[in-house]
Amino acid sequence: MNAFTNGSPTSLPAHEHTGADPAAEVAATPRRRRWARPAVGAAVAAPLVLGGCNMYPSYGASRGATKQGQDTFKLFSGMMTTGVIIGVFVGLLILFTILRYRRRSEEMPKQFHESIPIEILYTGIPVLVVAFLFLFTVLTENNVDATVPVNATVTSTGTPVEHVRVTAFQWGWRFSYPDHNVSIAGDVTNGPGGHGPQMVLPVGETVQVTLVSNDVIHGFYVRDFNFSRYALPGVTNFFDLDILHTGTYAGQCTQICGLYHTEMLFSVKAVTPAAFQTWLSGEVAAGHTLQREPQSEANTPPPYTHVTPSNALAAPSSKKGSL
Amino acid sequence: MTTTIESPELIEPEEPGGPDAHGPGGHGPEDHGPDHAHEHHGPTGILNWITSTDHKVIGKSYMITSLVLFFISGAMALVIRGQLADPTSSLVNFQTYNELFTMHGSLMLYLFAGPFAFGGLANYIVPLQVGAPDMAYPRLNALSYWLYLGGSSMMTFSFVVAGGAASFGWVAYAPLSNSINSPGAGTDMWLLSLGLTGFSAIFTGVNLVATIFYLRAPGMTMFRVPIFSWNMLVTGILILIAFPVLFGAVVMLFCDRHFGTHIYSVSGGGVPVLWQHLFWFFGHPEVYILALPYFGIVTDIIPAFSRKPLFGYRGMVFATLSIAALSTGVWAHHMFTTGVVLLPFFSLLSYLIAVPTGIKFFNWIGTMWGGQLSFQTPMLFSMGFLFAFLMGGVTGVLLASPPVDFMTHDTYFVVAHFHQVLIGTTVFAGFAGFYFWYPKMFGRMLNERLGKLHFWFLFVGFWVTFVPQYLVGLRGMPRRIADYLPTNGWTFLNEMSTVGAMIIGFSFLFFFVNLVTSWRNPVPAGDNPWDGGALEWFTSSPPPHHNFTHLPPIRSERPTWDYNHPEHRKDESHGDKRHREHEQKEPETVGAPS
Ligand code: HEM
Ligand SMILES: [Cu+2]
Repeated sequence: MNAFTNGSPTSLPAHEHTGADPAAEVAATPRRRRWARPAVGAAVAAPLVLGGCNMYPSYGASRGATKQGQDTFKLFSGMMTTGVIIGVFVGLLILFTILRYRRRSEEMPKQFHESIPIEILYTGIPVLVVAFLFLFTVLTENNVDATVPVNATVTSTGTPVEHVRVTAFQWGWRFSYPDHNVSIAGDVTNGPGGHGPQMVLPVGETVQVTLVSNDVIHGFYVRDFNFSRYALPGVTNFFDLDILHTGTYAGQCTQICGLYHTEMLFSVKAVTPAAFQTWLSGEVAAGHTLQREPQSEANTPPPYTHVTPSNALAAPSSKKGSL
Repeated sequence: MTTTIESPELIEPEEPGGPDAHGPGGHGPEDHGPDHAHEHHGPTGILNWITSTDHKVIGKSYMITSLVLFFISGAMALVIRGQLADPTSSLVNFQTYNELFTMHGSLMLYLFAGPFAFGGLANYIVPLQVGAPDMAYPRLNALSYWLYLGGSSMMTFSFVVAGGAASFGWVAYAPLSNSINSPGAGTDMWLLSLGLTGFSAIFTGVNLVATIFYLRAPGMTMFRVPIFSWNMLVTGILILIAFPVLFGAVVMLFCDRHFGTHIYSVSGGGVPVLWQHLFWFFGHPEVYILALPYFGIVTDIIPAFSRKPLFGYRGMVFATLSIAALSTGVWAHHMFTTGVVLLPFFSLLSYLIAVPTGIKFFNWIGTMWGGQLSFQTPMLFSMGFLFAFLMGGVTGVLLASPPVDFMTHDTYFVVAHFHQVLIGTTVFAGFAGFYFWYPKMFGRMLNERLGKLHFWFLFVGFWVTFVPQYLVGLRGMPRRIADYLPTNGWTFLNEMSTVGAMIIGFSFLFFFVNLVTSWRNPVPAGDNPWDGGALEWFTSSPPPHHNFTHLPPIRSERPTWDYNHPEHRKDESHGDKRHREHEQKEPETVGAPS
């Protein structure tokens, strides 16, 4: 694990717990114990059975490559477990009722109408369940939503902060690094494998993303970050990512934005801070700088920007190969 | 307390009469089987249909139209699934794909789910259930249908105009829906259609509210109104809250598109997100406008097939009222990822809706508990609803949590969630209602065997279609995309989902065969084939013009059942003792209007 190679254990204000080893850090998180508390009785057993002794069965979701994504994942997993328990309980209750009370005779059953104690019980218990889910939601949300101040270069505890400006447009992405005079852009014809432009980010630092849109609403979404946020015209959105593991993560626009919404792909490549610096100098050398932003050479302007709906009807069959 | 029922003043004198018109004359509840006699007044044939203000004729027209639209939209869903079965399929091009999911969603939600419930079933059943001769405003009711037909045709035929149909999803987010990004006439037709059908919904809402408040038979206090009608009352109120807002939003978008305003465009100082606020202020109540009628259907069906009264009637009414109240305060849970809404507030209110919804579940189970359940087709479909809505509801609770919504928003996880809820309600509960009330409407039975086959294929296809969608959503597949990469690992799950969709499509063949069989070889239904409890089962099948010749005494929410099972009758006047004096009376005579 090289997630925190560049510093001593720190503690970000936004995220209560940070340590040199993400795994150890996770284990020590009090939130984890808080999650354990609701999992009384069957609630403890079910995830253990389902997830092979794992507190947080994945249910098919990503466990999260960022700190925020891991928090979200744990909330998701805990809520799923609660949901599975409730769903299975109610489902079995229905099934039992169906089987137990199948019509066996023409005898008229007892005509009862209500039972106030039972009704109070099944009003009260759901209230408690949602109160408890809401509590954990707020706790997680405060972590996931917290951002460092816009102009900060280090967090209050000394972790370096990188600023990236993400601009969504029909139909591609621009990633600018204002502190390093680097700016790259592209659409589905660019990038590794022709799968859209690639945003390179360091692990172990706090990356603050500034998200804007040039035209319509787009959705910035990286599955392994367990996170999405709209790029809204006229609104500047901020969010922080603390990437924990190096790797390449696929991303995609999630909000219908017109004809080529399907192909609005991008990817995030998380590298060590040293590799990140090397990459930045390479980009500067290649001339991918802020000054050239409007007509970057390496990244051809998106070929579709001038497509009108009528000629767009001729499907992008030429592009099928690249998909 | 008078015991005779006066014919309501609200029926206008020049009432032309529908195809089911009968002259005056009594039909006792026992001595009459199906009554196919037709005695026409005034125009006949198509003119009769066009000029009819009979709620039963309008209700049937609404049902037939909305079902046709349902099948058209379902066919689009199959094309969508065909396209998605293969990663780089080019069954349809991107533009067509975008039009298809937009029209599929729009037809299903605006033109099928709501109109089928409140224009179709409720229009037909509510006046019968409350013992009224017609809706409160019959001509407004007719206007509602014709606006609906016009609006629906406009939306459906927008496929053939230059530039194609609208292609921005059923939610039409600004600025994608403005004149620069969506210049075609299809978008304008889509907007106009929302205007027309929006007014048709408002008119039906007015009618439902007025009918249930003012045209109840004597003795039917509010707490003796059957739950289906109660839910339609609340639905009517929600329609009156929500649809005017949609209309306002649509008019403003139209102005942005054609009259140079900048209400939703940044360049002129407008705010794109305003559209989302207005739209979802309509859109979330709309979700319950689509759900409450269907809750009402199963709440009427389950007691009949359990041979028991509803468990927790009053709890059910209060649950419905609180769902409706809460539903006006949760709109921004569709906007968690915009970054511009107050998350905890909308999250909390969204969670709270789970409580009354949970109450309903336990009331349904409580009704079956200790009963004598028989699983004829309507009950079978109601059970399908319970299971489908259970999973859809549980995953909905997850989405009330903003961080979980961040991770799943606009992915197939959400698509699976809302289909489980929507198909649970509109298809499982909707067809439960169809099978339940068809004998009342047409005086003939549907075939049980074919009904059950329909159910089982639908039920299996449903899970095969939508469970993989949850999984593929968690693997990161966004909604509204026409293609994906073979390396994404989404292929198998999509193939499965497509197979499931084909099974769903196949299941409806049994439905069609069933309809044809019932027309070719009618099996008479009798007045009350299911031993139902509400007033609609007291009159003949189909009911005579102006519905009733007699009414039983009404001393609970199931007067027909009380009448047919006097040995089990006991005072069930939920809290209201004023009408006890009716209990001694035998069937009362309606002065049959004609
Ligand atoms: C035969 C059963 C059905 C199948 C196989 C099906 C399939 C689908 C699929 C695959 C999508 C996603 C398209 C995309 O995002 O690219 C979709 C969207 C949608 N469906 Fe269905 N559907 C069915 C029935 C229904 C019903 C009964 C309703 C409502 C009553 C409904 C309402 C919607 C809505 C509102 C959307 C969203 C449209 C949008 O993204 O704007 N569907 N459907
Ligand atoms: Cu986009």
